[in-house]
Amino acid sequence: MTSAVTPELILYITAIGLITIGLAGVVMSSHLFRMVLALVIAEAGANLMLVLAGYRWDAVAPILTSLAEPAAMVDPVPQALVLTAIVIGVGIQALAVSILIRIHQRYATLDRREAAERMDAEIAATLGVPRDISQEEPLGERPLPPLPADRANMRGDSP
Amino acid sequence: MANLTGLLFAGGLGFMLLSIASGLDFGAPPMLVGSEIQAQAPQQTGAVNIVTSVVLGYRAIDTLGELSILFAAAVSAGLVLGRRHTTAGTQSRGGFILQCGGSLLFPLMMTIGFYIIFHGHLTPGGGFQGGVILAAAFFLPLLARPGAKLHHQSLSLIEGFAGASFILIGLLAMLEGKAFLQPMLIQDTLGQLISAGTLPLLYLAVGLKVGAELASLLSRLIQTEAPQ
Repeated sequence: MTSAVTPELILYITAIGLITIGLAGVVMSSHLFRMVLALVIAEAGANLMLVLAGYRWDAVAPILTSLAEPAAMVDPVPQALVLTAIVIGVGIQALAVSILIRIHQRYATLDRREAAERMDAEIAATLGVPRDISQEEPLGERPLPPLPADRANMRGDSP
Repeated sequence: MANLTGLLFAGGLGFMLLSIASGLDFGAPPMLVGSEIQAQAPQQTGAVNIVTSVVLGYRAIDTLGELSILFAAAVSAGLVLGRRHTTAGTQSRGGFILQCGGSLLFPLMMTIGFYIIFHGHLTPGGGFQGGVILAAAFFLPLLARPGAKLHHQSLSLIEGFAGASFILIGLLAMLEGKAFLQPMLIQDTLGQLISAGTLPLLYLAVGLKVGAELASLLSRLIQTEAPQ
């Protein structure tokens, strides 16, 4: 990587940064609507990356202005791909938001953990089985004898 | 702990993408198909805008698939949201200025939307962009008057008709002995409004479909609010 800050470096870092920020938001946020927004940011970064892939120096937009001496033009294929990707993105976002509306109507929260908790409780109540909180406590009797204290944190890996 | 894992994941992803991107030769794309298309598109499709001839000529089946993805998204959003609730009495109406502004902007946005659709083969623009503007034009009065109803029957009629005509134009090309969705009809003078054969017709179908789909989707979203 060159030490000088060139325009292509800025453009690439912008696109990659948007993708990274978006995916980090999807992984780290606990609010469902923020996850959708983070997905939108990641999508913008991916679209920018695609457009950058077809960029050429000293080239114009791929629209003919004069037939006599056609100027150098940027690659039209990534632009066409991005054109459809944006519209698909809008459809996916609308679907995600409508699912969020449903979740909020049902469980009155958009927090990921809380909604999962309430969904779990509702499923358990509907089926008439005891609730299964497998992350916190062991289920029923232990199939294995207790491990020594120094190896206790490896219990999750043992079958 | 979860945050640390997330940060590590994001950092690693960014580093991987950066190291891949640093190996690319920026400004000189390795793809050869783009320059081939640029050289041949004006003669083959008659459209000045080469992106249009890629979207509707060389990759038209892709566009059809993309339209069906949009249709599937709209249908499943409708399925998830279920029955429409009338929110006529629950939401307060917009003020006088908002209502008049919405009514005033409606014809202007319709004009701009159809302008962009019809000039899709000449200027930057086309069915997708114009369709979104049409959807916004229908959505704006709905925001100003929350109780107002959008005619869903006619919207789905327009949508179905547009989608069917897109496929029908493709089948007509097969009837003439060409490939599915291959551009046909006379191409006329390059750069005129009526040129490029069937491409403007396809873009009109795309624009109407996108506009009707997004308008019904947005109105569905606004009408499912607060059912209690």
